[in-house]
Amino acid sequence: MTEASKPLAIALENCAKTFADGTKALEPLDFAIEAGETVVFLGPSGCGKTTTLRIIAGLEEPDAGGRVLFDGEDVTHLPIEQRNVGMVFQSYALFPNMTVAGNIGYGLRIRKTPDAAVKARVAEMLGMMQITKLADRRIDQLSGGQRQRVALARAIAVRPRALLLDEPLTALDAKLRDTLRLDIDKLLRSLGITAIYVTHDQAEAMALGDRIVVMEHGRVAQIGKPREIYQRPATRFVAEFIGTMNRLTGTTKDGVFACSAGSLPWAGAPATATEILFRPEDIRVAESGEVTGLQGTVAAAFFLGDRTRLFVEVGEARPLVIESTARRDFSHGEAVRLAIDPRGLLVL
Amino acid sequence: MRHEVRRLILLLLPAGIFFAAFFLLPMARLFFIGGSGKTGWAAYAAILTDMHYFSSLVSTLGVATATTVATLIISGIAGVFLQRHKFPGNGALVAMLTFPLAFPGVVIGFMVIMLAGRQGLIGQVTQALTGEKLVFAYTMAGLFMGYVYFSIPRTILTVMAAAEKLDPKLEEAARSLGASPWRVALDVIIPGLKPAFISAGAICFATAVGAFGTAFTLAAKINVLPMVIYTEFTLSANIAMAAALSFVLGIVTWLVLAIARTAAGSTVAAAG
Ligand SMILES: Nc1ncnc2c1ncn2[C@@H]1O[C@H](COP(=O)(O)OP(=O)(O)OP(=O)(O)O)[C@@H](O)[C@H]1O
Ligand SMILES: [Mg+2]
Repeated sequence: MTEASKPLAIALENCAKTFADGTKALEPLDFAIEAGETVVFLGPSGCGKTTTLRIIAGLEEPDAGGRVLFDGEDVTHLPIEQRNVGMVFQSYALFPNMTVAGNIGYGLRIRKTPDAAVKARVAEMLGMMQITKLADRRIDQLSGGQRQRVALARAIAVRPRALLLDEPLTALDAKLRDTLRLDIDKLLRSLGITAIYVTHDQAEAMALGDRIVVMEHGRVAQIGKPREIYQRPATRFVAEFIGTMNRLTGTTKDGVFACSAGSLPWAGAPATATEILFRPEDIRVAESGEVTGLQGTVAAAFFLGDRTRLFVEVGEARPLVIESTARRDFSHGEAVRLAIDPRGLLVL
Repeated sequence: MRHEVRRLILLLLPAGIFFAAFFLLPMARLFFIGGSGKTGWAAYAAILTDMHYFSSLVSTLGVATATTVATLIISGIAGVFLQRHKFPGNGALVAMLTFPLAFPGVVIGFMVIMLAGRQGLIGQVTQALTGEKLVFAYTMAGLFMGYVYFSIPRTILTVMAAAEKLDPKLEEAARSLGASPWRVALDVIIPGLKPAFISAGAICFATAVGAFGTAFTLAAKINVLPMVIYTEFTLSANIAMAAALSFVLGIVTWLVLAIARTAAGSTVAAAG
């Protein structure tokens, strides 16, 4: 790869954002992104992902007292055109008055790169994004997926210090999203560039992120590797936002958790636990003859091919979700006995 | 297939009737009247050979072009600014800018005289400053000023409507690629406003070519085609010459608008 510039380390210090109309979009944020890392901002709509990204890009300034550091250097007041960061938007934002090649070469022409070098780099980008055939097309002659490839090529062509992507796949249909997600993943790894990727799709976040920053109401709820976030969520919000979470309420006494579904022996149970959380993969329908103290009735069963998703009523507010791989049918109203792996239990 | 053709003809009928009744027939009539005078068809040749007519044609097109360019530059900058920056009094300012829309040409001419005439403000200020009185109301410069003044409202509203539809993400993308504000204006904002510029410019040009009231009020040394047509028609009773001039004025304006439209590659309101 011919990427000359070395990846960038980014840090936010005490970055809050209050908009002119008084909207408090971000509480003071502090976190660091390592050089070459792909970080995903994940969170529900309106939690401040885009605002954070725009502060890093230089499209917004944090409130007084906040600082943005690029490789330790304070760039808080540096406008975006001097930061050398590539941006990719959900709406593509391609220049309609230029061809595909014109779009990709734009940043290089701004930098007064000699024509031959621009041409070579554009050709390289077209090849990398597998859109060589589209070079002379007008933008309105492209599909959504092709447009986003052009937008990626345009952002990368200038060898930016970091790549910032704001929901680049949200406007595409599911199948295209999967293909392009794989391509983006390959691209980011091969470039070794620092990348920040905003999404509210947790599957996308899990697949792409070296680390995930989960945001909630303008705050960071948790930062961690995808596996940590999934298996060791720090808060109730993270636990419920990422993946499916089952919940049982009850009381703990002498290493046994008692609830409306029955009793669950749990050696390491914290004495104060009145609520336990666990993932669908940590609960299963017990084999006949297996000893277990938990049971419920099947409220709904959906056969998904490789597994059956069961909703089991146990007298809680929400039924338990169970992914069963058993080769059998489940009928509505059937009583099932349940087994839970205590290693998957969480108390938050 | 035949059904389809019949439907198309039916749909074209209203436009066709309108076009024939208000454009084709009068224009044809005008064309023949132009050739029916004492000099016959030579009336048309006279427009090119007679310096009086030819210079008025040239100055008419000249002042219309200058008006269009100046108006587009002023309303382009002001329109984008007013659309982007909402400050207290923004609405009142926009309303004020669109004020001249309601004025007849005579009033515009009167305002130019008040500003740049013999007793005008500019004259008084320049006299106090330099000892010399600057008076240009009764010249082409005065006419140009009046035309710009009444063209701005039409153009600024079109530009503001178009500026509102510009995608701010395009500008952000250009900036992220290193474009200075100047380059953003050149590469994103102006191309984005191009259709609005062309349609507003076409109307501005056509209005400036045909405007009469302002020139009539400023009178004196101004030699533009609508004035010449008026004198030929009323004072010299040379109806054929007036018709020939009108016909050529119409054709030239139509040509300019047609060229603008092809340049735009899109539909442009061709007001005459
Ligand atoms: N220019 C602005 N002026 C005022 N409030 C704003 C502005 N931009 C964003 N906000 C508000 O700031 C909050 C955070 O917005 P932001 O766009 O960062 O959310 P997001 O996490 O990107 O959401 P989404 O997933 O819907 O894109 C929201 O409440 C939003 O309404
Ligand atoms: Mg957003």
